[in-house]
Amino acid sequence: MKNIRFKYSKIICLLGLIFITVASCERAISDEVEFAKYSATGEIFTDSFMGGLDYFPFGGSFADAFSVDTKVAYKGEASMRFDIPSFGVGYGGATFPSTGPRDLTNYDALTFWAKASQGADINEIGFGINPETADRYKVSMQNLAISTQWIKYIIPIPDASKLFAEKGMFWYAEGAENESDEGGYTIWIDELKFEKLGNIAQSRPAILNGEDKVETNFLGNSFSMADYGLSQTFNLASGVNQTLTPAPSYFSFESSNIEVARVSDAGIVTLVGKGSAKITASIAGVKAAGSLTVNVAGAFPTAPVPTLSQSNVISIFSDKYTNVPVNYYNGFWAPYQTTLGGQIGVDGQNVINYTDFNFVGTQLTTPLDISEMTHFSVDILMLELPTDIDLLLTFKNENSAATTFQQNRIGQSYQLDPRAPVVFSDSDFVAGVWATIKIPIRPTSLTSLDKTGVNLLIIENIKSSNVKTLYMDNMYFYKE
Amino acid sequence: MRKLLKQEKMKKLKINLMQIKAILFKSFLLALPFAVILSCSTDDTQTVAQFTELVMADEFDANGAPNNSIWNYNIGTGENGWGNGELQYYTNRTENVTVQNGILIITANKEDFNGSSYTSARLLTKGKFEQTYGRFEARMRLPYGKGIWPAFWLLGDDSNGTQIWPQIGEIDIMEYVGDKPTSMFGTVHGPGYSGAESISKSYVLQNDRFDTGFHVFGIEWGPDYINYYVDDVLYNQITPEDVPGEWVFNRGPFYIILNLAVGGALPGSPNAETVFPQTLLVDYVRVYKNKSN
Repeated sequence: MKNIRFKYSKIICLLGLIFITVASCERAISDEVEFAKYSATGEIFTDSFMGGLDYFPFGGSFADAFSVDTKVAYKGEASMRFDIPSFGVGYGGATFPSTGPRDLTNYDALTFWAKASQGADINEIGFGINPETADRYKVSMQNLAISTQWIKYIIPIPDASKLFAEKGMFWYAEGAENESDEGGYTIWIDELKFEKLGNIAQSRPAILNGEDKVETNFLGNSFSMADYGLSQTFNLASGVNQTLTPAPSYFSFESSNIEVARVSDAGIVTLVGKGSAKITASIAGVKAAGSLTVNVAGAFPTAPVPTLSQSNVISIFSDKYTNVPVNYYNGFWAPYQTTLGGQIGVDGQNVINYTDFNFVGTQLTTPLDISEMTHFSVDILMLELPTDIDLLLTFKNENSAATTFQQNRIGQSYQLDPRAPVVFSDSDFVAGVWATIKIPIRPTSLTSLDKTGVNLLIIENIKSSNVKTLYMDNMYFYKE
Repeated sequence: MRKLLKQEKMKKLKINLMQIKAILFKSFLLALPFAVILSCSTDDTQTVAQFTELVMADEFDANGAPNNSIWNYNIGTGENGWGNGELQYYTNRTENVTVQNGILIITANKEDFNGSSYTSARLLTKGKFEQTYGRFEARMRLPYGKGIWPAFWLLGDDSNGTQIWPQIGEIDIMEYVGDKPTSMFGTVHGPGYSGAESISKSYVLQNDRFDTGFHVFGIEWGPDYINYYVDDVLYNQITPEDVPGEWVFNRGPFYIILNLAVGGALPGSPNAETVFPQTLLVDYVRVYKNKSN
């Protein structure tokens, strides 16, 4: 008897446990909680705006670029009409946000029919522009070729599970980039909608354009993976491989060492410790090709602070001095310049960082009279020392009747040129240490430079050595 | 996960009787299409599933090399790329053919090998399993990309070399080119209707594709007919009236070939976008005969 009773009480105990478990389950989500269910409307424009839609032209775009055309339609009565202005008149660009968030999780592509009054490439087109989320799920397709016939276009969704409350339905930007680029023509878009095609597959995400790269960077620095070659390629039912640029938030990034590098959901990498970390990524469980290994040596070395007083200096770039106005530190001169970068902030200090360096120029807003000046000073930092350092630094006056200049060699002089003497030896560079280079301003008779109107500084990688990344700071003329 | 789901279900049942009613109603709806499918098999014109006695099945259950009591290999490049200008060198190496976790994996690799730029594999049952008539089917997931050409097909026995193609007859149960990932085709070749003149029909998947999941590719072949199907869809029947020459499919046994070709006249060469390796996955190959004969 006793035994039996004991068993009963055990069972009751068990029942009680189960009940508690169930009860606690119910408490987790109260009856009053109702998950927001957003509209799953996929149509954006069929014969008119569907499901509540706005139209916001981008800043500076051609005001009349968009209209609804009731004379031309792929299907039904009307289409979206985009009048792209001629070169120099501006560009067409706008976003079409939904007035309320939409649940797009059951779709796999944005599709539309389009044709143009002439063959053209749309610079950028996509969805996911939403200022409220800093374009968290932006997708862009570049240089989409449009013909004069109605054709259906497909922009795959990188990972639809992310789009449970998306407002950015559609956006585009197209303009004539130069005289020979197409402009002054019309694009029609119709039957614009999100669809479940079911035949988009073989997702191939990539970071760093699919390459494995190693970079040196600095403690405390942070950067966005958006700048590191993000892409995703899908195979469409037509057999065509379609590549798009997804926002970093579509990727799941992983750092091999979170004591060195951490990556946020938005793809912002923050370097928090010394050492090495490899960053890899995936989209919806598919591993991305490519990786970024960051070697963090320590804090970014600070350039030596100049000691001369402001009155003896005409400064072009320095945190110590008031700088003269400058048009740019990188003119991105087409077509031969490869150099990227310009002014950046590292750990609170302003520096100039050039990458893929072949040549680059700094243009001053107002020509400088340096007649009183005796020297030019610049600090240069290279993290890894290449062989064959041979940089040509030129001060130029493009304002006098004939262009005049003074040229100076930094490093070795590949071809001995008496007009460009070596002012700093390559053997004096130390990797990771700022070199302060002081260049005497020579008499005009030796150089040709008209010192009353210097307006351009050019630095060139003469021997095309493997100097690819260069930091510069404290550029100024001074008198002793 | 399962436990949670169960709890969720119990909770719902407890909370509201109305929901039970709704679920019951839903299950009625589910039963309806099922009944429709069943009624298909009683349709007079439908001849699929007449062959129900299993005579040969490779389920690929043992890891390693495929069962050598069923499969042979063609090795090398054949003559002029197996008659089609194909680019691959066929091997029986593990890199090109292996069984893993219940699946036969035929892999096309891009590699320099004995003067070819690609390797792959071609398996055949010649001399090991041959049959006249029957239901031949395989459940497969296909590869993709330009220049990729998998096939599941039958060739007529050549009577010790006394007969040659196309007189021996060829029944292509599944052919597919990787740059049309939603479309496959089934074909017969015989005297007067071979190569470009062969009798063929393609079948296109709607809202799906052949390289993302497994599909069943099969024929039911009897005297004077060959029925072609994909999954549960009968998409073609070929009879002597459809061929402009001699019907060579009543004359004797055929054997099975499974291969993954790269390049050749039909698919064209791979291009820079073709991803390698590519794999043809085969879940099973089954052959049935008619119970009554």
